[in-house]
Amino acid sequence: MARYFTEEHEWIDLEGDTATVGITDYAQGQLGDIVFVELPESGTMLEKGKDAAVVESVKAASDVYAPISGEVTEANAALEDDPALVNTSPEEDGWFFRMTVSDKSQLEGLMDDKAYKSFCDEL
Amino acid sequence: MRYLPLTEADRSAMLETIGAPDVDALFSDVPEEARLTGPIEGLPMHASEMAVEKHMRRLSKKNLAASDAAFFLGAGAYKHHVPASVDHIIQRGEFLTAYTPYQPEIAQGTLQMLFEFQTQVARLYGCHVANASMYDGSTACWEAVAMASRVARGKKRKVVLSGALHPHYAEVVKTMAKFTEDEIAHASPALQAQPDNYGLIARIDDDTSCVVVQYPDILGRVSDLQPIADAAHEKGALLIVVNTEPVALGAIKSPGEMGADIVVGEGQSLGVGLQFGGPYLGLFAVTSPKHVRQMPGRLCGETVDAEGKRGFVLTLSTREQHIRREKATSNICTNSGLCALAFSVHITLLGEKGLRRLAMENHRLACHAADRLAKVPGVSVLNDSFFNEFTVRLGTDARAVVRKLAERDILAGVSLGRLFPDNADLADGLLVAVTETTTEEDIETLASALEEVLS
Amino acid sequence: MSAPNQSGWKPGTPVEDHNAMSGPDTVTGNRALMLEEPLLFEIGHVETTGVDLPEPAGAATRLGGMDRAEAIGLPGLSEPEAVRHYTRLSRQNYGIDLGFFPLGSCTMKHNPRLNEKVARMPGFADVHPLQPVQTVRGALEVINELANWLIDLTGMHGVAMSPKAGAHGELCGILCIRAALEARGDARKVVLVPESAHGTNPATAAFAGYEVEDIPATAEGRVDLEALKARLGPDVAAVMITNPNTCGLFERDMKAISDAVHAVGGFVYCDGANFNAIVGKVRPGDLGVDAMHINLHKTFSTPHGGGGPGSGPVVLSEALAPFGPLPYVVRGKDGEVHLVEEENADQYGHTQSFGRMTAFHGQMGMFTRALTYMLSHGADGLKQVAEDAVLNANYVLRSLDDVLDAPFGPSGPCMHEALFSDAGFAEDISTLDLAKGLIDEGYHPMTMYFPLVVHGAMLIEPTETESKAALDQFIAALRSVAERAKAGDATLKTAPHYAPRRRLDETLAARKPVLAYEEPVAPSGQPTMSEQGGR
Repeated sequence: MARYFTEEHEWIDLEGDTATVGITDYAQGQLGDIVFVELPESGTMLEKGKDAAVVESVKAASDVYAPISGEVTEANAALEDDPALVNTSPEEDGWFFRMTVSDKSQLEGLMDDKAYKSFCDEL
Repeated sequence: MRYLPLTEADRSAMLETIGAPDVDALFSDVPEEARLTGPIEGLPMHASEMAVEKHMRRLSKKNLAASDAAFFLGAGAYKHHVPASVDHIIQRGEFLTAYTPYQPEIAQGTLQMLFEFQTQVARLYGCHVANASMYDGSTACWEAVAMASRVARGKKRKVVLSGALHPHYAEVVKTMAKFTEDEIAHASPALQAQPDNYGLIARIDDDTSCVVVQYPDILGRVSDLQPIADAAHEKGALLIVVNTEPVALGAIKSPGEMGADIVVGEGQSLGVGLQFGGPYLGLFAVTSPKHVRQMPGRLCGETVDAEGKRGFVLTLSTREQHIRREKATSNICTNSGLCALAFSVHITLLGEKGLRRLAMENHRLACHAADRLAKVPGVSVLNDSFFNEFTVRLGTDARAVVRKLAERDILAGVSLGRLFPDNADLADGLLVAVTETTTEEDIETLASALEEVLS
Repeated sequence: MSAPNQSGWKPGTPVEDHNAMSGPDTVTGNRALMLEEPLLFEIGHVETTGVDLPEPAGAATRLGGMDRAEAIGLPGLSEPEAVRHYTRLSRQNYGIDLGFFPLGSCTMKHNPRLNEKVARMPGFADVHPLQPVQTVRGALEVINELANWLIDLTGMHGVAMSPKAGAHGELCGILCIRAALEARGDARKVVLVPESAHGTNPATAAFAGYEVEDIPATAEGRVDLEALKARLGPDVAAVMITNPNTCGLFERDMKAISDAVHAVGGFVYCDGANFNAIVGKVRPGDLGVDAMHINLHKTFSTPHGGGGPGSGPVVLSEALAPFGPLPYVVRGKDGEVHLVEEENADQYGHTQSFGRMTAFHGQMGMFTRALTYMLSHGADGLKQVAEDAVLNANYVLRSLDDVLDAPFGPSGPCMHEALFSDAGFAEDISTLDLAKGLIDEGYHPMTMYFPLVVHGAMLIEPTETESKAALDQFIAALRSVAERAKAGDATLKTAPHYAPRRRLDETLAARKPVLAYEEPVAPSGQPTMSEQGGR
């Protein structure tokens, strides 16, 4: 399984043809206490760079953009009851949605773990 | 200039602190050619409290106050007795001169009141959650239509309006739909004893985002909405129920019980008064928890403070314009907070027992009036069912009759010609509202005057 | 600075345990005049009523078979209980009547009580909106007289009176613009809004179907005229400008902005939220504005009421006036005032109206109050209002700019608001902390974190109804709290200490929303409080 990172602070796990997407620990730290996550419904076609989800703290709503194009196959229902999972386990239990990958080449140019870490260090 | 505390000495001292030679220097960014040098011409100069009061009293005397007439107007605004303590409470400076409760630690009074208000409205409407108020019933109705479009994620473009929806409410929806490009299906009502609910159902299709019905409707009729709710839900549409007379809900089933998804209405009847049309009180509630985040307007919620004490805050604010800006659920900011307080105090004074009694007293007098007016030669009562308002047919242009009776200080009702000027078929209809403030003498006065005018 | 209070207590005098509220716990949870109040649902009872009404006679109903069978769940209180409940709640609120309320952009000025008295005259308060016109001439005259004041004060051509509040007025103005553009077959897509604008501006433009784009600002806090000109083109329907702007500055280039927008066929919307700074000093009509809403609940002193009602009439240029909403009121050739509605719009040549925005005529109760206020001040007094409001704001700005960072201080005098940033605060102290510290000093805090263009923004609007003594006391208090913020005083992190509530958990409120009361499920056999009949 390979994990990729975007400059918008999303992570993508690729397993076969399915990608799991969430936001990084760094991102949740910046956002503060997450109170709500609006997720795309299964079957939604996402286009790379376009709105995919919204993550809300008390005083801010931030758009999460689709890191790659594809179709949503599952949204993380656990976030509906417990949005705080994004704070406590952003890169595991707090995943946002799973999607198909239309074009694997879109993953090229994304960062790996190490590159993302140094990207954050420079912010 | 009794509202200005600065003295000339203060002004000089302050200018010195600022380092400005005179107050005009503070306006140096205003281009000189646009800066006014003296008071605007043509407007009067300042006046004493006594003089202003006299002027305003003179204007007020040119109006016929409802309480000075035999009064039968309704059509979305009703005259009820408001207990004296309501006005006393809303004039307390801590309520009257507070702002939107952005600093909850020093706004618990407003916030707790709003929490109580939201609960009262939700219960009255048979809903899950109500918001902290909108401008009035008509704008709340439009906001509900806009919300239904959001729930449908913009994929459904058709809005089905009942013909028996208040025509001004329908006009507001149509005005706004011109800009959002929703398609509005609407026709004016037929003068029948029963509303044409099956005709309405026939207009619902797969492209329908919502169906809007009024309950009791503009002609005063009361009918079961469940079949409309079922038909709407079958097509994936929401049922929006509009209520313009909250007192009715002390006597009839709540819209929530009959499958409504969004219930909106005018709260003016309780606590607010007639006020020539405003400020009024928009009520807005939903039956499903999953729709709460699509609601417009402010919401007050319960929480705890740092010491664990219960307290209240404005919440789910990310829906709103000050955070979400162009993606907000509505552009509303200021709502009708003080009117919400008046409503809440009035309904607290009534309690369930009082509200039910008030409703039954309205209905009793309305039944009496309908029976009495039916005896006037030439007058027929349209409705089989009504709460405190019903339609009579006069067999002649009702507008002219209304004007004639007004000369005798009888405000006989709202002519359908005024409400539906484009529909000549309705011109002989008169909408008559009767509340607990109407006396049996008033009813007799109206009936005998109608006898004279129609003969 | 002079002594901040007359009570003998001097600022900085240590109080026992650093907390005047400390002492033994009380059984009631009350602390003398600080009284806890349960929810209505915990003290009321469905069988209690404070209104005398007859027992229903049990006659047959004509309710179409829809008679209510279910209980509603509305507890009542007797009149003495109700008055006490709400009076106690009121005491947990801060209002202008109680003290200084410098909430920027909200114009929290004194609300004269004559206005309240007039609004309650039966000829205004007890009149139905659909009464025959012959019985409401006085009400129509009030609307007409107020409309004339607004037109004269702004130098505009007409005014739409029906909008219910500022945001509703914005919508009215933008819809007029869209109707005017459509009437000439010129559909445009974009509305330009500065980043510093109120959130209602972009929300309104989006609601009316427009795409919203930012207008760049200069380093001194004003619209960047050259950048704006570069962006203007045939796709721009309107620009929305707040003037004076939310940084507290007058847009010097307003006329040039208007000319540039008009040159490409667009319209200028001015957000009039800050009209208090310029009323009687400059007329927006002279600066090329096409539409501007006026918040009667700001500039013209109608009370805010804990969040409304407001009123937002919109003054319109000659180009936009024909498109204004129905109904409206005009004085006819016969000298009488007339109500123009759908049915008689033809008669008055008002055939291009974009429609109706609300059921009736607007916020009559606010019109009577605003007109009363205008008549009290007169043309001369309103000019003095603007001058004193601006003087007070500049006094606050220059009395504090040594201790607080004023990002646009060097840009010259401010208008009626003084803007500061959080620059210089200790690292873990925020604007929020400072605001909560001000609560402990007995003030309603300023507007926080707005405008968005200034970090940790604090926007202070003193208004003209504050005395110099009141300002001096506030300045001393804010100076002290600002110094604590810079020094990293940890007690600010936990402020307020003396308010009816400590900091409230907004995260909990949003994560697990509780938006209505639900009766606790009582253990079996135990009646709930409300079943016992309340207190």
